[in-house]
Amino acid sequence: MATSTVPAPPPVPVAPPARRVGLSVDGQAVKVPEGSTILDACSALGIDTPTLCFLPTLTPVNVCRVCVVELEGSRALVPACSRKVEEGMVVRTDSRRVRLSRKMVLELLGSSVDMSLSPEFASYAARYGADPGRHGPMAPPAPAGERDRAHAGHHRPSPPGTAATVGQPVKVDNDLYVRDYARCILCYKCVEACGVDAQNTFAIAVAGRGFEARIATEFDVALPGSACVYCGNCIGVCPTGALMFKSEHDMRERGEWHEERHSTTDTICPYCGVGCTLTLHVQDGDIVKVTSPLEGDVTSGHLCIKGRFGWQFVQNRAEGEGRGARDPD
Amino acid sequence: MDLKPVGALATRAEQEAVDDLLASLEGAVLERDGDGVHGGHGARGGLAAASSRRHLLLPVLHAVQSRVGWISEGALGYVCRRLHIPPAEAYGMASFYALFDLEPRPPVVAHVCDDIACMGSALSASLAGSPLPDGTAWVPSPCLGQCDRAPAALVLRAGRHPMERALTGLSSAGEVVETLASAAGSADGVAPAGRSLPPLVPQRDQPGAPELLLLERVGRVDPTSLDDYRAHGGYQALRRALALGPEGVIREVTESGLLGRGGAAFPTGRKWEAVARAPERPHYLVCNADESEPGTFKDRVLMEHDPFAVIEAMTIAALATGCEKGYLYVRGEYPLAAARLESALEELRRHGFLGEDIWGRGARFDVEVRRGAGAYICGEETALFNSLEGYRGEPRNKPPFPVRSGLFGRPTVVNNVETLVNVLPILSGGAAWYSGLGTPQSTGTRLLCLSGAVARPGLYEVPHGMRLGDVVELAGGVAGGRRLRAVLLGGAAGAFVGPSELDLELSFEGTRAAGVTLGSGVVMVFDETADLGAVLARIARFFRDESCGQCVPCRVGTVRQEELLQRLMAGRSLGSPEEELQLLSEVAAVMRDASICGLGQTAASAITSALERRLWEAN
Amino acid sequence: MFGAGGGTTSYKEVEDTDLIILWGSNARETHPIFFHHVLKALHRGARLYVVDPRRTSSAQWADAWLGIDVGSDIALAHTLAREIVHAGLANRRFVDHATTGFDDYLGLIEPWTLERGEAETGVPADLIKELAHAYARADRAVLCWTLGITEHHNGTDNVLALINLALLTGHVGRYGSGLSPLRGQNNVQGGGDMGAIPNKLPGFQEITDPAVRAKFETAWGVTIPPEHGWHLSEMFEAMERGELTTAYCIGENPAQSEADTIRTERLLQGLDLLVVQDIFLTRTGRLADVVLPATAAWCEAEGTVTSSERRVQRVRKAVDPPPGARDDIEIIYELARRLGHDWGEPSAEAAWDELRSLSPMHAGMSYARLEAMGGIPWPCWSEDHPGELYLHSRLWEDPRRGRPAPFSMVEHEPPVDVLDERFPIRLTTGRRLDSYNTGVQTGGYSSPMRRGETIDLAPEDALRYGVGPGERVLVSSRRGQVEVPVRVDPSLRPGLAFMTLHFQDDVRTNFLTIDATDPKAGTAEFKATAIRVDKLPAPARAEAAGEKEPHGTAPPRPASVPEPAAAVAPGRGGSWT
Repeated sequence: MATSTVPAPPPVPVAPPARRVGLSVDGQAVKVPEGSTILDACSALGIDTPTLCFLPTLTPVNVCRVCVVELEGSRALVPACSRKVEEGMVVRTDSRRVRLSRKMVLELLGSSVDMSLSPEFASYAARYGADPGRHGPMAPPAPAGERDRAHAGHHRPSPPGTAATVGQPVKVDNDLYVRDYARCILCYKCVEACGVDAQNTFAIAVAGRGFEARIATEFDVALPGSACVYCGNCIGVCPTGALMFKSEHDMRERGEWHEERHSTTDTICPYCGVGCTLTLHVQDGDIVKVTSPLEGDVTSGHLCIKGRFGWQFVQNRAEGEGRGARDPD
Repeated sequence: MDLKPVGALATRAEQEAVDDLLASLEGAVLERDGDGVHGGHGARGGLAAASSRRHLLLPVLHAVQSRVGWISEGALGYVCRRLHIPPAEAYGMASFYALFDLEPRPPVVAHVCDDIACMGSALSASLAGSPLPDGTAWVPSPCLGQCDRAPAALVLRAGRHPMERALTGLSSAGEVVETLASAAGSADGVAPAGRSLPPLVPQRDQPGAPELLLLERVGRVDPTSLDDYRAHGGYQALRRALALGPEGVIREVTESGLLGRGGAAFPTGRKWEAVARAPERPHYLVCNADESEPGTFKDRVLMEHDPFAVIEAMTIAALATGCEKGYLYVRGEYPLAAARLESALEELRRHGFLGEDIWGRGARFDVEVRRGAGAYICGEETALFNSLEGYRGEPRNKPPFPVRSGLFGRPTVVNNVETLVNVLPILSGGAAWYSGLGTPQSTGTRLLCLSGAVARPGLYEVPHGMRLGDVVELAGGVAGGRRLRAVLLGGAAGAFVGPSELDLELSFEGTRAAGVTLGSGVVMVFDETADLGAVLARIARFFRDESCGQCVPCRVGTVRQEELLQRLMAGRSLGSPEEELQLLSEVAAVMRDASICGLGQTAASAITSALERRLWEAN
Repeated sequence: MFGAGGGTTSYKEVEDTDLIILWGSNARETHPIFFHHVLKALHRGARLYVVDPRRTSSAQWADAWLGIDVGSDIALAHTLAREIVHAGLANRRFVDHATTGFDDYLGLIEPWTLERGEAETGVPADLIKELAHAYARADRAVLCWTLGITEHHNGTDNVLALINLALLTGHVGRYGSGLSPLRGQNNVQGGGDMGAIPNKLPGFQEITDPAVRAKFETAWGVTIPPEHGWHLSEMFEAMERGELTTAYCIGENPAQSEADTIRTERLLQGLDLLVVQDIFLTRTGRLADVVLPATAAWCEAEGTVTSSERRVQRVRKAVDPPPGARDDIEIIYELARRLGHDWGEPSAEAAWDELRSLSPMHAGMSYARLEAMGGIPWPCWSEDHPGELYLHSRLWEDPRRGRPAPFSMVEHEPPVDVLDERFPIRLTTGRRLDSYNTGVQTGGYSSPMRRGETIDLAPEDALRYGVGPGERVLVSSRRGQVEVPVRVDPSLRPGLAFMTLHFQDDVRTNFLTIDATDPKAGTAEFKATAIRVDKLPAPARAEAAGEKEPHGTAPPRPASVPEPAAAVAPGRGGSWT
């Protein structure tokens, strides 16, 4: 094995370079590799496009529609996040129709969902002049379980003069994470992360229909009775804080969550030998949350229960005493 | 897949329902159950999706629902084990459909239409006060496709011998109660209400009325007899098609100028040609019979009264486009249509008109009937594919279009029933003759569903280009000599026109020029006594209830639209009336411009058209 | 493999391969994120075969599951090989070009007909044939294994038998084809890389090579004994003989993790001096004369670890250790200082740079590059080298570089702990998704899936022994016995039972296991114990139900065992000032 010569890197098959496709976005010509999306083309031109349901590591579902753009020849607006570029496309990202649609999508979400923990929402709303309040005062939240029992094709109207919301109590049914569906914009990311895009456990799916559509386990059983394996990959992709570490939820409830005091450090998971990068979020000397970088090619941002939640022993050991220790392979 | 089973156990009846259905599905690819040594690949989906069992989910859930009356946790768990589907996904799918119950309910249930054609009778309001027999219940329902015989209801009884019966022309809540009682009491079904119903094709008896092309056999042939169908010209078109060959058929259809009757008006010949040329195999044919547009009943009449014609047309389409497998997706609320099609298919297979070697000519084709389960959205073609595949009926993003990636991700021809049936006269009479009918841009005839305040409601067939006023007159004009208030064209996704627009030419180009649509052929007439505000509110409720919920503009926009209409009707606006109308128009704009599919894109069109024409204010 | 101990392939290649074999690995639960890469391959259309005595959650994703009898892996490998050869599917070009010993190998495998293979392994002949053909015909194939292969008395031979298969088919040394041992812990690979094995110096440099020794001796200013040291099991044998009297245990809990606990504890207690350096006061720590409280290396200290794809990655300090606990490097530097060697200021990066100067395979991995590239797989010869995604491409080069790869003449040997009328059930052990090893770390969080130790029995066996779910039973082996509740698991075949090692404070599974070890790697045969299951008498069952004490019959702790000095107990500090 030891040798003084430096061999060339081994041959790794590389795909031939992609054909490049030319299109025009807001009057600027741009060429991007075939298979790129309009969103990619916008990024290449430095055009900032709002997105909520998009994540590079997941299959685009194009359901939030906040990224819509105007495409010449297309009757309706098209989602930038999933629409593949074609030669000669003429795209407008800031037309009156686009701005109106984006504003309205933000209003519709803001008037029906608690967006207060979405990092981007407020700035998007300001940018497009969205005023969710003009749809009326938010209706009172539904009692626990009511939205989960809704029958497709039937709905209970909200009190006259109010705007219906997805408001409901937080679901707390285990020690690791909570589900606050009053914050859920139904972006499908958690379902994708639980499903074919990452974990393939399929513990949750979209259930119901229309405004009563919701993320659910089968028959809304509590997570410990479901197929959930607590990888927390749903938390990792949730854009609105609907899915949250229980520890974070509890700290927020107690007013102890101070994101401005957080620091993050990347390290490697202490368990099996796969070598997953953990980003430790530390507040006042304590680990309070664990994520994994999306761009990491080992994890693509996904972890298992041990990586996501198994760090607590580090902090527990100061108080109590441990039992065993590390073991042989 | 490593699935975690549901804890609860299925009852014997639930297991039997599933087992019986799976045993009866000859030809369906059934892999070994999950406890063997194999099984991973088929269950994983992807390219193997077509051979996995996932696509059986819809029929299996139907089997449980119609046997037990609802789908329990144990039943769903058993279904998941047999089909190798994650329980959460199966639940997500089951809870998408209005005809599936996931909570216990009585074995006999009446679905009572309170949609725009039936709401005038206030049947559901009077039912609300009626005591019901034990073991029965009723629920309000969107349009049941019986609008010419309004008001209507659909009575379902679960059990070993399930019953599904449409009740039409109801005169009182008492009739519904009576039917519920007899269904609950008898094991063998109920006697049909003895009442004389209006003729199926009213124009047949009218001197001077346009000739019938598509409806020629309706009401004249025995819909259960292949021989009778053949005696009335059936299967001449297929004979011609075999002589022409696939390219010849596609040329005829293209030259006929036939445009799709499902609403999008796409040239049928071009669609067929695209699939015929697609290199990827297999190709699939889908007949979209999920006719759910409020006010529409034309496809139901064709399927119930001329089922062989639908299948002959499918056979021609399949041979022309290289499909060996066809699916006929019938609305769940059309039990008679499904039964007649099933019986026709059996008859055809017996006679070698379908199967491995049609007429000994080496052609292979067969059709499977699949029933919807109460979801308007499944009439959208890509939602329909998802439904067939065993998923929630959520539309897919287009492109890719079905001709490239449709059912099971394969090139797929999807045509509406009426479109397909047009192929028969095109082949029998020739493209040149057919394209001479109607107008140059809208060839052939059009089925129109006349309902509401006309003297002779029913299904009409007229050449494209006829004046709206003449069509209303053909149906006897406004009933009772009352004044015309408005006509809803194209259904809930269509548009209202006013009395001043009776010169409108009913053709693709004529309606397009007027900014309206013929859609699914709905011509629903409202007279001066109609409560148009309530009709608009019902349309708003319809879209809210039928939105699949996938995209934000439609999911929330339909809610905000309904709330706005409620506020307008109650006269308690949030801001000034102008502000409310501005808000409504902005909600309409985002639904129209940014929704994924046609449902959201048209959810505001009827309401907007009525407001623009100030039809409602005249009330 | 063939010199340096590490997987030949990368996770990325697993995504791009055509066929994956998981042999003695339940990666779905034990390496969940590696399994994500497998899943990507499956969704792309790759096939998966799982060889495992249990029908695990991994096996449920497989095209076929080969339910093998515990300890018959070599028999299966040889049967596969014979079928491949007889079907004309051996890669003769690769075999001729890059291997030695093929003719002997042919002789070795010739008796292993499908019939004999089925009889010896319990795997139906048609499945063996299916896998043989699928593996040999695949354009790309990756063969992965874990402790199901290595935790046997002949674990090294098991690995060699699998390597033979890769050589026979040419599934090594090309993109997407390789061998991948999945490491059980985050730095098992790194331990080997750093020379923490008896026969190698850092960078897998042979300790018996005088030139290698000379290089290290010059750098370190010491003389390095020119012979192989002891591996763990040999150390315990040496304790038994009285040759080993002092042990310094860093981050290891042999009192709970070693097989045959009763013997292990006795030997540790008999040492003249036992020093334990750990982040917890473990059971081993309780036996120690001196306990050195350490930091959690992955979040309280700087350093590197090496993953199963040979990727060296940085661990970083994110939080402060509890008072009194010190970085392992700092402890060792301090120890050196007190022993009269001042190494200066302790620094992880300085130690790493020293390694780079001595280990050519690590030479190009500066901290700056590790940071920038998110880790680098070895070998990485220089600072302009990207590290190698996969190993042994040299075997395909023409002319071939380096030594040819030898076929290994390994024979099937059944497990040492034989089944008989007294001990008729084969107990195998393994991990669950949410727990890890002896549960010391995973015990720190509340997993909704955790359900305590059970003995998992096949439904047929539960019926045969008249025991039901939740019932406490007495499980005995030739070495010890434990009481534990029954869980009925349909994924087990009759005659096979399963337990974990996660709950040793409650159920000391290692009272049962055998310390028959692999003479080459020193790994104990955790995977194959002969046991019996007995119903408890009714009163005992009732009494046991409410009992919380750990179960397991062991000699009482001798009064002479010193408790660790309070001053050095973890979390108390004080001794370092």
